Amino acid sequence: MITTATLLSGLAQGLIWAIMTLGVYITFRILDIADLTVEGTFPLGAAVTAVLINGGMHPALAIFMAILAGCAAGFVTGVFHTMFKIPAILSGILTMIALYSVNIRIMSDKATVAIEKPSIKKLMQNLLPEGTASNTISIILGVAVCIVVVLLLYYFFGTEIGCAVRATGSNQNMARSLGVKTDRIIILGLMISNALVALSGSLIAQLDYGSALVTMGQGTIVIGLASVIIGEVIFIRKDRNFAVKLAAIIAGAIIYRTIIACALTFSFLKATDLKIITAIIVSIALALPVIKQSIAERKLRAENARKLDAELLTADMGGEQNA
Amino acid sequence: MLKMMHIEKSFNIGTINEKKVLNDLNLTINDGDFITVIGGNGAGKSTMLNTIAGVYKAEGGRILLDGQDITYTSETDRARYIGRVFQDPMMGTAPTMMIEENLAMAYRRTKKRGLGWGISAKEREIYRSALAELGLGLEDRMSTKVGLLSGGQRQAVTLLMATLQKPKLLLLDEHTAALDPATSAKVLELSDKIIKENNLTALMVTHNMQNAIDYGNRLIMMNGGKIILDISGEEKKRLTIEDLLKKFESISGGKFTTDSVLLG
Repeated sequence: MITTATLLSGLAQGLIWAIMTLGVYITFRILDIADLTVEGTFPLGAAVTAVLINGGMHPALAIFMAILAGCAAGFVTGVFHTMFKIPAILSGILTMIALYSVNIRIMSDKATVAIEKPSIKKLMQNLLPEGTASNTISIILGVAVCIVVVLLLYYFFGTEIGCAVRATGSNQNMARSLGVKTDRIIILGLMISNALVALSGSLIAQLDYGSALVTMGQGTIVIGLASVIIGEVIFIRKDRNFAVKLAAIIAGAIIYRTIIACALTFSFLKATDLKIITAIIVSIALALPVIKQSIAERKLRAENARKLDAELLTADMGGEQNA
Repeated sequence: MLKMMHIEKSFNIGTINEKKVLNDLNLTINDGDFITVIGGNGAGKSTMLNTIAGVYKAEGGRILLDGQDITYTSETDRARYIGRVFQDPMMGTAPTMMIEENLAMAYRRTKKRGLGWGISAKEREIYRSALAELGLGLEDRMSTKVGLLSGGQRQAVTLLMATLQKPKLLLLDEHTAALDPATSAKVLELSDKIIKENNLTALMVTHNMQNAIDYGNRLIMMNGGKIILDISGEEKKRLTIEDLLKKFESISGGKFTTDSVLLG
């Protein structure tokens, strides 16, 4: 049964995952790179946060450290890709694989670390009236963080450096010929992107899981792409304002999470089916333009053939009459 | 003034496919020169331009720009002084960005980019009047994505971008080769106008001998990675295609190889 609670949980989770989606959007759509680092960065953000909070650090500071860790991961991928010319996909995979070991190290050889000391969730609970639902906390925090991130990104991509990032993603050759140090710009873009993904991982660990799991990053890139594509397909028409685009990406993440939350209420689906559902959604969304075009072409061909037949037919009849 | 001295450039160094493209190339470009460059395929024209621009770094020799050694400075550092237009109209502009955003990128070619706004209202007026000069009606379409423009329009925009901040040297690498004859002529006229009005120093590679004769004050012909002919002033004005072909044959001891040179 799909209930209000299901929808609320979709909204709550969607808002937090949306931060990760914004990160994926930066690399995938602006820099034109499918960055697989995020699969490792997401649990990295969670692991750093969990371990630091358990060590007695204030959650806000722990979140900040998670963001820095994300930057570092993006930096490594960026260096692989720009300095050593390793293809972007492979650079991401290398960092992702390395991060698996790093994450387990951070979590002192454990695959799961529960957050035992007060997290940001607890701090929020103290601030809000007693008995506020867990979803409400996530929604409030999610909305706040999303607004801040969107404002920052909107400002950043309007600046000279931000324009250089967009130009680099659009045409590296042009950017270089206009004095943009594209290698540094790509590294910067990957750092920002992974910082957002780590932030998202940190918040999911605190608000949703209550722990950091080394496996929690699996499928992050596909979830991110699914959300980006859903957001674009539903909300973005050409020449939309950049802020609207970012909002659409967030909406995409929320819709994706809601679909998943609803799908899981069907008794014939198991939680582990989630990944194949995601894969199907993404494949369909990515294939859609090709399918649409091929259908349009077939239609046009059939129509033209009909017209031609009709013309030939009338020409024939004309010929007979003359004879 | 740009001085290239004993420039050597090879590709695939250390492999069986090693190929020397620039071979002891010497060239001095004086301020205000508008040099047209001709030569067969593989003569080293584009490689020379790319070596000047810093896309490729020479293995031997020196490049001096206004007395400063730039042989090994990066392409992006040289972008401060050098404006470029490419053969492929897709290469010089960012298709997903608006015309005005592309121009704003070009406007900052000579400056360090920071966290200030990427485009200001004041600049827009500069771009509007600069676009109006092109005579293509683009001044009313400043927020159009460049990807929606035709090849000729994109090339005109690239030309504007390369010269928006006056470059010490403008490099035109067969920038009209991919355009239809009418558009090609128009872009060429525009190039000539911009170069003259701003008193620019320019190097233009072309496969069209007539264009090479008609435009500029100096003509150089390349073969085998060297400059084999350098004609300027009155002598250049009197040149004909036949003269050039004869000169080429007598100097290189072979026939000019590409059809496009003759057909142009």
